[in-house]
Amino acid sequence: MIEQSVVHKYLRKNKKFPHIWCPGCGHGVIMGSLLRAIDKMGVDRNNVAVISGIGCSSRTPTYLDFNTLHTTHGRALAFATGVKLARPDMLVIVVMGDGDAVGIGGNHFIHAARRNMDLKVVVYNNNIYGMTGGQASPTTPSGKKATTARYGNIERSFDICDLARSTGANYVARATSYHVKQLENYIYKSFNKKGFTVVEAVTHCPTTYGRLNSLKEPVAGMEFQKNNFIMKNLWDKLSDEEKQVKFPMGEFVDVDKEGFVTKYLNLIESVRQGD
Amino acid sequence: MGKKISFYEKWCKGCGICAAFCPKKCITMDENTNKPVWNEDECIQCGFCELRCPDFAIVVKKKGEK
Amino acid sequence: MIKLLQGNEACAYAALAAGVRFFAGYPITPSTEIAEIMSMELPKRGGKFIQMEDELASMAAIIGGSLGGLKSMTATSGPGLSLMQENIGYASITETPTLIVNVQRGGPSTGLPTMPSQSDIMAAKWGSHGDHPIIVTYPHTVPEIYNETIRSVYLSEKYRVPVILLLDEVIGHMREKIEIPDENTIEKFDRKVPTVPNDWFFPFEGNLEGVPPFASFGEGYRYHVTGLVHDVDGFPTSKHSQIERFMNRLIGKIDNNVNDILKWEEYNMEDAEYAILAAGCIARTARDTIKVLREKGIKIGLIRPVTIWPFMEQPLINATKKIKKLFVPELNLGMLSLEANRVLKGKLEVCPYNKINGEIIYPSELEKFIEEEI
Ligand SMILES: Cc1ncc(C[n+]2csc(CCOP(=O)(O)OP(=O)(O)O)c2C)c(N)n1
Ligand code: SF4
Ligand code: SF4
Ligand code: SF4
Repeated sequence: MIEQSVVHKYLRKNKKFPHIWCPGCGHGVIMGSLLRAIDKMGVDRNNVAVISGIGCSSRTPTYLDFNTLHTTHGRALAFATGVKLARPDMLVIVVMGDGDAVGIGGNHFIHAARRNMDLKVVVYNNNIYGMTGGQASPTTPSGKKATTARYGNIERSFDICDLARSTGANYVARATSYHVKQLENYIYKSFNKKGFTVVEAVTHCPTTYGRLNSLKEPVAGMEFQKNNFIMKNLWDKLSDEEKQVKFPMGEFVDVDKEGFVTKYLNLIESVRQGD
Repeated sequence: MGKKISFYEKWCKGCGICAAFCPKKCITMDENTNKPVWNEDECIQCGFCELRCPDFAIVVKKKGEK
Repeated sequence: MIKLLQGNEACAYAALAAGVRFFAGYPITPSTEIAEIMSMELPKRGGKFIQMEDELASMAAIIGGSLGGLKSMTATSGPGLSLMQENIGYASITETPTLIVNVQRGGPSTGLPTMPSQSDIMAAKWGSHGDHPIIVTYPHTVPEIYNETIRSVYLSEKYRVPVILLLDEVIGHMREKIEIPDENTIEKFDRKVPTVPNDWFFPFEGNLEGVPPFASFGEGYRYHVTGLVHDVDGFPTSKHSQIERFMNRLIGKIDNNVNDILKWEEYNMEDAEYAILAAGCIARTARDTIKVLREKGIKIGLIRPVTIWPFMEQPLINATKKIKKLFVPELNLGMLSLEANRVLKGKLEVCPYNKINGEIIYPSELEKFIEEEI
């Protein structure tokens, strides 16, 4: 008999497998980590929602046996806000690409963080617009190529974790599709926290970003992560020059400010008592 | 399937990630089929090939399981 | 209970009475009072209010709230309606009941924030890209705003479509006496829930009216909702036969149920030789005009759509059979008259009277116009 992994328990296996992602696309790796983290939570799957926007990454919910919602490009957090307020006990997970989360959806991202809305965000950051064929995204590093930045990106890029931290998230962490165990662990930790949490899952897109930036083989993208992402405490000790070419990962924020949902439920309580 | 590894060949897209990052280098990509082949004697059941497979095509049995 | 209420207030209280328990919105004149009342009243009823960062988010949030099981609404005006359009289409294709109140202002763009206009009639129907089902209602007095808000929530839940309630700025801000019915007497539509186990459930398979039963998130039906065209199982499809079946059912929900959805009023039409087609505040102008013209011996009546989309095609044809001329006064450059011409196919002369300077149309000017045309 064929063995099943933890991940297989949560797949809608009768639906379109193998999935649509390209060979070696990191999105599948992240989805695996996400599912193992959900499994560890031991929650009733009827009480889990997975909500996404539009993009390759946002195809995630299609494959998963939860309450799933594939929304419009950039707006997943706003839809999720409605679901969470209607179902305060539900574990509401939001998966987005980098373009979805901090490009077209940037306004929703900062405001969901500011409100400390109780949503569990996982950003699949492949530094590019994958689905539409490799256009520059707000996280495409300066100098890197995209189909709309043929001569190299002259814009600066967002650091998603910095953005989440400065706008008020309760928990912010980063790992990569190579660092799967850390990734799973951070996602799991974020699920156990109230308020707005963000795990940035750095990933590789061999088909677009990779092709344009000499990382065409899936393995090359992961090699890059393996060699260049280092734990934050070690990264902090690097020289300024080294910091230009290495990237920090780990947990950046871990606080317990009261989340929006708790506050609103308390508000209802006090208004009703006042009546 | 082998004692340590179960492999869903239909789901595998031949990306080579499992082989590239196996700590024991006990996976090779078959040149004809472009699918992984395990040398299970060397495998330490660390589970990384399962965790990093983007297509959920691998299940590594827990140590001690038969 | 008799009360003196503003149109916007009536709308908010009616929504609460209809069972709306989630509001997400963004402030914009002349609709803001609705949000302000909801912020005050919803928590008292255990409902939720949230001011979102923009109208894109507001529309998205109420779709989420509705999927979570709460009757949900937002309120806005022109610029906000434009921003909501993509997600209104999403509500259409995912069949998520939602109420969007649009208190119209003059446009385009920021336009005339505090002045009346009826220029969103087409935007309400056609504003979101692609063929999509939508219902639009258009009350003309404060008491009617109350009733139409309740009916709009009902229709939205029954047919699983977004409903846009169009208001005129002048009625939104006008105070009128209104008799508030007992909340228990209000007819509410309880969502039809599925009656089969999860693995037998086809979330997008219609009933006889073409409407699928509704399973809220969290109730054991773990299904998929997507803005991609999908088959009965909820998953995206690219098979032409499935696409066709889906689109036909989606559009058919409105087309096959027009008799239930349509509502209109005929006033003084029994012996009329001439008729005015008018909606919202301009129907009030028309009513006053008709009184004066009738005193002068001109047999004229009013046809007033209350459901404005779907358009009252057959009722308009029937009502105008003996009519010599149809006058269509409106605060835009000819939206109702365009529709009337489409429906009447040149069989009847349609005389538009249009005004877009931020003023309403006064009975005296309409009277003069009609007398000249007769
Ligand atoms: C309003 C709107 N604008 C543009 C698009 C086209 N579009 C689809 S996916 C996408 C980019 C997705 O990139 P990202 O969010 O980074 O996800 P990825 O595909 O890389 O996983 C764009 C621009 C759209 N669907 N909707
Ligand atoms: S285009 Fe890139 S992100 Fe999209 S599936 Fe292919 S590899 Fe993944
Ligand atoms: S990682 Fe998975 S998909 Fe890639 S070659 Fe190995 S088994 Fe196949
Ligand atoms: S379980 Fe570990 S050692 Fe065994 S094949 Fe997989 S990666 Fe290699």
